[in-house]
Amino acid sequence: MNKIPNRQVICDTLLELAKDDRDIMVLASDSRGSAAMAPFANTFPEQFVEVGIAEQNLVGMAAGLAHSGKKPFVTSPACFLSMRSIEQIKVDVAYSRTNVKLIGISGGVSYGALGMSHHSVQDIAVARAIPGLAIVLPADRHETKKLTEALVKYDGGVYVRIGRNPVEDVYESDDYPFEIGKAVIVQEGSDITIIAAGETVRVALDAAQALAESGVSARVINMHTIKPLDEEAIIAAARETGRIITVEEHSIYGGLGAAVAEVVVQHHPVPMKVLGIPDEPAIAGKSAEVFRHYGLTGDNIKQVAFELINK
Amino acid sequence: MEIQELKVKASQIRMDLLTIIHRAKTGHTGGSLSNTDILTALYYEIMNIDPANSKWEDRDRFIASKGHSVESLWCVLADRGFFPREELETYSQFGTRLIGHPNNKVPGIEMNTGALGHGLPISVGMALAAKRDGRSYRVFCLMGDGEQAEGSNWEAAMAGAHYKLDNLVGIIDRNRLQISGSTEEVMGLEPLDEKWAAFGWNVVSINGNDMEELLQAFRAVPEVPGKPTLIMANTTKGKGVSFAENVPAWHHHVPNDEELALALSELSASIEELTQKGQVQ
Repeated sequence: MNKIPNRQVICDTLLELAKDDRDIMVLASDSRGSAAMAPFANTFPEQFVEVGIAEQNLVGMAAGLAHSGKKPFVTSPACFLSMRSIEQIKVDVAYSRTNVKLIGISGGVSYGALGMSHHSVQDIAVARAIPGLAIVLPADRHETKKLTEALVKYDGGVYVRIGRNPVEDVYESDDYPFEIGKAVIVQEGSDITIIAAGETVRVALDAAQALAESGVSARVINMHTIKPLDEEAIIAAARETGRIITVEEHSIYGGLGAAVAEVVVQHHPVPMKVLGIPDEPAIAGKSAEVFRHYGLTGDNIKQVAFELINK
Repeated sequence: MEIQELKVKASQIRMDLLTIIHRAKTGHTGGSLSNTDILTALYYEIMNIDPANSKWEDRDRFIASKGHSVESLWCVLADRGFFPREELETYSQFGTRLIGHPNNKVPGIEMNTGALGHGLPISVGMALAAKRDGRSYRVFCLMGDGEQAEGSNWEAAMAGAHYKLDNLVGIIDRNRLQISGSTEEVMGLEPLDEKWAAFGWNVVSINGNDMEELLQAFRAVPEVPGKPTLIMANTTKGKGVSFAENVPAWHHHVPNDEELALALSELSASIEELTQKGQVQ
């Protein structure tokens, strides 16, 4: 089992890249520890900015730095970064077209036991409504590395959401094509498609494996970029497999499932099931326990797939 | 420019902004009139800028955090040659670049503002970038006094002092009125200068409608090395138009034909007086 959390991969990758690119900057809101950015802060103090617990100023300052040619990476817990500074993200980053990368760490239910204030399961919905803002959820450490390299080259605002703990690998290495905005089929299949993003890609693969044992061929799409959405991959999945399940560590409102459904109903309507966090008060517990509670597991997805297929 | 010329310029800008607001039938008249002298001092005398090369790397930066008073800024930018004067006629018209808040599609506008409490954090980022890059440009951020109730200003105030940004100048257009009435009734701010000083800023209080005092304050920056400067510009909302001065309704009241004619005649008279006094041609 992989022991490296994605937040550490971002730091390691930026440490490498920042050696040759003095414009790369990291900003933290008393979060250098939780963002695993302490090594960056220690190695490149001139490229690190601490703003204290002040998320509005965090994003505003990043926009000011970007305006002056810097490539700021804002690293802050997803729950605060996405909601507390959403107006700065809208006006100072998206509307003003500044090159700010917003890295929401410990997203979803990573902070499981800390309750609703620390769960970040509305962030994708909020970010999706902002014109011009890209949204990416990397699936594992390999993809996080490729994403970080891509972010340095990408000119524009991006909201990235990652979890807190190490996750099981989806890819064997980083030797595969990764492009912001382009979905990856991680398993081919013809009976049904499971679309996931971030840490649920691994869960979707588990489900596909269990389905294969029962003779069902499930396609798994890693929709790492939720905006701009790879509509072609979705339409092809609808046409070729006839049924779609989406799996996300996010409210069922406004996230990956909603985004996929918008494409499906307008282009090629097929039966769909959206799996995520229901619209109810948050339940506390370890991340895996919360996933189990809401049926974000291989076994449950397998059940849902059977129900869709037998409909 | 000579002091008298700057004063004449400010009156001309006031005439321009009243004209575009009257034509568009929308705008923030009172706040634009109160900060016209500040903009005139900055854009005609203080800031290191090149209208022909608006993105020049070492230019001084101006951020209109109180973005709703954009009419004075549009008129100043047009007059300084950032875009053709005729474009002022499109102000607030369908499809225009000259919308009711600063818009960085227009040369001379650094960032889109309008949501209050955003300008200072952005300015802190810009000033910090200058320090980290060893560049000498300064960042001027104009805020409203009603805007001081936004908490993000104080987050940025802390950061500006923490990073010792003496290349950062905050200006508060202290006209003591906001849309619902007096600032002290809506949400008390006093002692505002002491609050900024307590946050680690060098605070200078001046008459923000007095050109001599404005120039002196701006030229003295940085007065204290290692400290950002806050210029408390005490102004009169509606300045220069007798019947609009200190009247809360003029926050976004639009002059009708008679009011415009009267205002323009008052401003013309003031220009005439200045011209005679200073022998400005």
